[in-house]
Amino acid sequence: MPTYPDLPLPEDGKLAENLAHFARALRKAGLPVGPGRTLDAIRAVEAAGFARRDDFFHTLQAVFVSRPEERATFAQVFRLFWRDPRYMEHMMSLMLPQVRGVAEERAAQAAEKRAAEALLDGQLPPMPETGEAPEQIEIDASATMSAEERLKTLDFEQMSAAEIAEARRMLARLSLPVRPLVTRRSRATPAGRRIDPHRTLREALRRGGEIARLPRKAPVTRWPNLVVLCDISGSMSDYSRMVLHFVHAVANRKGQGWARVHAFTFGTRLTNITRHLRARDVDAALRAAGAEAQDWSGGTRIGQSLHAFNRDWSRRVLGQGAVVLLITDGLDRDDAGLLAREIERLHLSCRRLIWLNPLLRWTGFAPKAAGIRAMLPHVDSFRAGHSIASLEALGQAVSDPGDSGEKARLLALLRE
Amino acid sequence: MTAARRPDNLPERQGQRLTTIPRDIDGVEQLLAGQGYVASRALATVVFLALKLGRPLFLEGEAGVGKTEIAKTLAAALDRRLIRLQCYEGLDAASAVAEWNFAAQMIAIRTAEAQGGADRDALKTELFTEDYLIERPLLAAMRPQPGGAPVLLIDELDRTDEPFEAFLLEALSDFQVTIPELGTIKAPEPPIVILTSNRTREVHDALKRRCLYHWVDYPGFDRELAILHARVPEAQAALSREVVAFVQRLRHEDLFKKPGVAEAIDWAKCLLALDVISLSPEVIADTLGAILKYQDDIARIQGSEARRLLDEVKRELAPA
Repeated sequence: MPTYPDLPLPEDGKLAENLAHFARALRKAGLPVGPGRTLDAIRAVEAAGFARRDDFFHTLQAVFVSRPEERATFAQVFRLFWRDPRYMEHMMSLMLPQVRGVAEERAAQAAEKRAAEALLDGQLPPMPETGEAPEQIEIDASATMSAEERLKTLDFEQMSAAEIAEARRMLARLSLPVRPLVTRRSRATPAGRRIDPHRTLREALRRGGEIARLPRKAPVTRWPNLVVLCDISGSMSDYSRMVLHFVHAVANRKGQGWARVHAFTFGTRLTNITRHLRARDVDAALRAAGAEAQDWSGGTRIGQSLHAFNRDWSRRVLGQGAVVLLITDGLDRDDAGLLAREIERLHLSCRRLIWLNPLLRWTGFAPKAAGIRAMLPHVDSFRAGHSIASLEALGQAVSDPGDSGEKARLLALLRE
Repeated sequence: MTAARRPDNLPERQGQRLTTIPRDIDGVEQLLAGQGYVASRALATVVFLALKLGRPLFLEGEAGVGKTEIAKTLAAALDRRLIRLQCYEGLDAASAVAEWNFAAQMIAIRTAEAQGGADRDALKTELFTEDYLIERPLLAAMRPQPGGAPVLLIDELDRTDEPFEAFLLEALSDFQVTIPELGTIKAPEPPIVILTSNRTREVHDALKRRCLYHWVDYPGFDRELAILHARVPEAQAALSREVVAFVQRLRHEDLFKKPGVAEAIDWAKCLLALDVISLSPEVIADTLGAILKYQDDIARIQGSEARRLLDEVKRELAPA
């Protein structure tokens, strides 16, 4: 921080006091405002003066706001506060639901927590409680498998509650290996392909100008981002819940690749659940995600959702060579033309587009639905995502740039 | 980066030279308007605060709303040198601050050897002096400049990665850079720093906290018209109104990339070059590439959609 001279503040200190109150109100509304910003605000107001109300507004906004989505909250708090600060305490309690979007770091207050729990009950459908699915006939053939092996190939939809619990534990240990990307930066390494002139010179200097060897350097690598788009409509709900467990495991595993994992759910509308997945506890994470996504087990509008993603998010999350994992059954009742356009745009914006489709587990699966026919030509890889084994195999699709999964076979079917 | 090494890239200006910073927000508005930059009151306020408080200014917004232009305008208006650091993925300290001129250093070593009696310590101190240093934008911005502290434009910050952001923290909070062989170089007078981002990713809060923040929005009809008048004065008033109204109308459409102010200006220039007096569906079809840059968007607007939008625009403008 640069140092400033002492402030010529008025003696009674009313301004400083009011600004401190205002900062506290902003903090309560969920803006990350520390004491440093309050000091900045006092300096800024001193510099800009009080001549006009809109100048005062812009001055404070420049100091307190650091993201576009905070502007609406700021404007609201500003309007309420500078009318009469005393109303603030009262108004804050009324405003809380509107500012939830930026309030994730705030410790939840007891009353709000209760309210959230009350909301959650209605929105997150309960997991199947009883094991209504008996032993499957197809599993008889695999009597020699261990319990763990059997569970790996079992369809998520056919698992009992106990099996689901066990499968989740296995999913939590799963990772998604990926190859790093090469960057322009370099680091010193004995086996590098390029000569490092900087170190060559430094070593030569140590020997009085004699070049004894040529130190080498190699490019530094970095990890790509992963973007997950998960269908949570009625036809997918059993799979999507398990897949989100998997995504949570991938997002929270340290040191296994993937610089960042962004996750979105869609049914009838698109929801960003990235920050909910950061919660370490998987149940808390999925509960928060469930509360945020209002369209669990509803209909599907894949084209519209992809359109919303392309328009609002693609430039922000796909910028640096991201891999996109699209999890959907492709059963879309909307206009197939829109879907084809949007999936093409998505494919053009990312480095790799991998489609996981649980329907692929049926051996007789053929791409008959209009949505699937529209999407198939535009994905890099098409794979099943119905069991732990198939999610394990996903690692290959991600790390091998040539892998296309079942795409070629299905495209051939499509042409028939 | 070539621009950074050329201090004479300021356009010629007539009238009085304003080299001191304005004393109030109105002054900033006038200063920018004098250069043909029509700023909103909010933008003028943050620019004034940045100048007055000596804080970096962080501008975010869609492409083509005049974020980079504000730095160029400020440099020209205040008659300061503009130093530009264009960010890209993998930008490292060597290409942002300074690099040693290895070739020259090697030659110096060989020469010293050939002359005999190369004193190792003397050689070392001699080799790592400013004579062998190639200045890059960040270091150049810390140097005193004849006309006063320079304007440092750090453009498209979202294109770099987090390590570089962390590196920038030192430069932006203390206005100093460190070169291991030389030590810390501190700016005698803090440069005017402007950072821009297209928000392709979120920039870290630690960096934002050190800056004044402003989200640059698309301008309203009147201000965009004023911008067009300032930038393309030779365009007829009627054509300008049509261009602005059409572009504003396009921004309400569901497009992958909405046209910015820069596109509106480009388009007006294109229409002038074609001697167009008034917009027609045919002219729009021929020149759509100047405002829309994605095939999907062009396909969407071309033809009947353009005709419909144009009819709407003409109806809106007619009573006025």
